[in-house]
Amino acid sequence: MTETVVEMRHITKKFGEFKANDDISLSLHQGEILALLGENGAGKSTLMGMLSGLLETTSGEILINGREVKMKNPRDAKHYGIGMVHQHFMLIPAFTVLENIILGDEPIKGGVRIDYAGAEKKIQELSDRYQLDIDVHAKVRDITVGMQQRVEIMKALYREANIFIFDEPTAALTPQEIEQLMKIFRALADEGKSIIFITHKLKEIKEAADRCVVIRSGRVIDTVQIEGVSEERLAEMMVGRKLRNTVEKKVVDQKQVVLDVQQLNVEKNSRLMVKNLSLQVHTGEIVGVAGVDGNGQSELIDAITGMQKIKSGSVEIMGKHYENKPVRSITEAGVGYIPEDRQTVGLILPLSLAENLSLKNYYQKPANKSGVLNYQYINEHGRKLIKDFDIRSQSEQISVGSLSGGNQQKVVVAREIASDPNLLIAANPTRGVDVGAIEYIHEMINQERNSGKAILLVSFELDEILKLSDRIVVMHEGEIVGEIDPKETSSQELGLMMAGKKVQTKTQEAAN
Amino acid sequence: MNLSTTLMTILSTTLVYAAPLIFTSLGGTFSERSGIVNVGLEGMMVVGAFSSSIFTLSFANALGDAAPWVSFLVGGAFGCLFSVLHAVATVSFRADHIISGTVLNMLAPALCVFLTRIFYDGKGQTPEISQGLGTVTVPGLSKIPFIGKVFFTQTSMVAWAAIVVAIVCWYVLYRTGFGLRLRSVGENPAAADTLGINVYRYRYLGVLISGFLGGLGGAVMAQSITLSFSISTISGQGFMALAAMIFGKWNPLGAMGAAVFFGLAQSLPIIGAYIPGLSGINSVWFQVAPYLITIIVLVLFLGKSVGPAADGENYIKSK
Ligand SMILES: Nc1ncnc2c1ncn2[C@@H]1O[C@H](COP(=O)(O)OP(=O)(O)OP(=O)(O)O)[C@@H](O)[C@H]1O
Ligand SMILES: [Mg+2]
Repeated sequence: MTETVVEMRHITKKFGEFKANDDISLSLHQGEILALLGENGAGKSTLMGMLSGLLETTSGEILINGREVKMKNPRDAKHYGIGMVHQHFMLIPAFTVLENIILGDEPIKGGVRIDYAGAEKKIQELSDRYQLDIDVHAKVRDITVGMQQRVEIMKALYREANIFIFDEPTAALTPQEIEQLMKIFRALADEGKSIIFITHKLKEIKEAADRCVVIRSGRVIDTVQIEGVSEERLAEMMVGRKLRNTVEKKVVDQKQVVLDVQQLNVEKNSRLMVKNLSLQVHTGEIVGVAGVDGNGQSELIDAITGMQKIKSGSVEIMGKHYENKPVRSITEAGVGYIPEDRQTVGLILPLSLAENLSLKNYYQKPANKSGVLNYQYINEHGRKLIKDFDIRSQSEQISVGSLSGGNQQKVVVAREIASDPNLLIAANPTRGVDVGAIEYIHEMINQERNSGKAILLVSFELDEILKLSDRIVVMHEGEIVGEIDPKETSSQELGLMMAGKKVQTKTQEAAN
Repeated sequence: MNLSTTLMTILSTTLVYAAPLIFTSLGGTFSERSGIVNVGLEGMMVVGAFSSSIFTLSFANALGDAAPWVSFLVGGAFGCLFSVLHAVATVSFRADHIISGTVLNMLAPALCVFLTRIFYDGKGQTPEISQGLGTVTVPGLSKIPFIGKVFFTQTSMVAWAAIVVAIVCWYVLYRTGFGLRLRSVGENPAAADTLGINVYRYRYLGVLISGFLGGLGGAVMAQSITLSFSISTISGQGFMALAAMIFGKWNPLGAMGAAVFFGLAQSLPIIGAYIPGLSGINSVWFQVAPYLITIIVLVLFLGKSVGPAADGENYIKSK
């Protein structure tokens, strides 16, 4: 019998009157990878927050190596060898990667001075050992989401944790990066470390975990051995019903061009991120943009939505030019945008749900009556969307910041789809969303398509791209390196193209 | 007057006027780096100026030569004490930082002049301080040709001390664990919290250090420029220090450089007469210049320079 390193007994956590965790018990053995599965808002992050000292339990006890402990703050958790990788990045954009990693545990030389060189050496060793590629001297604000995730992982490794908690570490990673992370998990487990791993991706649970605890509405539904249980069964346990994994595509008119990008060049930090890119999206069409993170997808979207200056080239929406136009004029042209980073771009966390849901129409009637906000309407509108989009929240008045990650995502999706756009730009629209809600968001996006809207979908989730797209273009180093028909391709072929293998395509032939 | 004498006069006057601004802008840097906006620097200077004046007037005889320096530190200590108000209001009670700072600015002069009247039989001004932080001529170094004359003759000791303190502050903020943590709570308190950094403690420290340095700044003002305390001892220097901090991009060395620049601006009424070509100008312009320059610099730089990301944001820890 292996040793039990963590035992949580009858944990209950209340926020006000609301029970986020209700009598949860679980145990973690040495060298084990334990998955936590549950819908958005089921209470997974809350439970782990208590184990990492960030939240205090309302009742129940936590045992580490058989001894009861009181976890008052993250220092205590660190003392017990617990390291947590949070669902939302806990990084300081203005600091370098190195500073972010050592913060709070700075190696000191000569009494006061931070031993940066020593820290760097230690990080280098860890990064060689676990093949975590990070640039320690870069500022965090300049690195990709994938690297930010690696930095978060490095923070836990650097603190020499024995018990790792990973809260949705793969939500923002590309398939390659996920594979790498799974390797790291196994390496850690082989070294006798224990891991609790939260994810909404059943494939990863099947691949990496030994056991899985399924949580629904703050309660444990079941704990199962992964061996011998299918992905479908896991999904069913979690949402309480069977799921479909195809969408129904109606035949629609795809003649009219909605988005027409020609010869687009976009520069960021004086590096050319989008190179001479041309792309069209028609009515009733979902165009999927596949590619490894950091190949210009974000810049392309930012340029179309007006978040970033265009160097040269043209962007036409419904036949009108929108290069370097204010964001509002672009949204008013009927562009909906589900941004990649919901917390910094998509939402204003301290504002209420209803207010966030009205961010696109607060200045128009009926949300606004001669300059005064009409809260009656705003709240009603909020309640309606909460219901329509199945956002799990106690009320429309609470701040978006206190929602679970997946439900925050649903707020963005709800607002953008409800604004009835002609062109919907969706960047990783199901990041951090549970399988039930993914099915739902996919349905919504597909419905938009079926009703004749144009959709530009950027996603690192190949399955998502393959499932939804009518056409797939692959981006590599700022260029479109190929275009493929999702019906005639596989994830393998797509993966190859994403790695930069050029394929002769229709668009390029036309250009020649 | 020959060139070296002119330069010596300009430099030493500039330094004299810069010293209070350097200390205070360093104070502002600590506070704002920890995420607490500090418009109350002016008030902290008033308290520093008042307490150090009273102290030196009372104990000059007993302490002898050390009196100015001890009362200088006393000014810092009282500034620190006074800043507790700001820390409690903003960190513990999550008040708006600007409002709390403004309260400090309104409270300090009223309180200090009131106390002055009590201590000095109803007079709103203290008697003159006989022994201030004056200028010194550094023996030996002042013999170096030209340089000795410009830099080490009748120069302000406390200004050189301020420059050294600025370098120390930079080292503390950018090379020590304490500095890294202090800056982290001003950038992203939630992230610092997950690493076990006590956000409230570091913010308290940031404000208290700022109170101490602001108090020192006020003390220097009273003891090397006005040589007494009254309502007009501190007249906008706190805000100039704030401007210097912004101009210096919340970096101690930058703040110091900016403070020296403002010091030059402030010393214009005196040195204007020595600068050929400027001597004909009506001195009113020189009086107005420092304030005008402060406003212009703020307008030009406030929009552009980026301060700590969470500066002015209260942190609410969820339990
Ligand atoms: N600080 C808080 N105040 C009030 N309610 C909260 C707070 N934190 C979380 N909640 C609520 O507790 C519930 C559980 O949230 P939690 O973040 O643990 O969900 P989760 O299982 O991690 O979901 P996801 O998969 O979407 O990340 C949610 O309904 C959420 O709104
Ligand atoms: Mg969560």
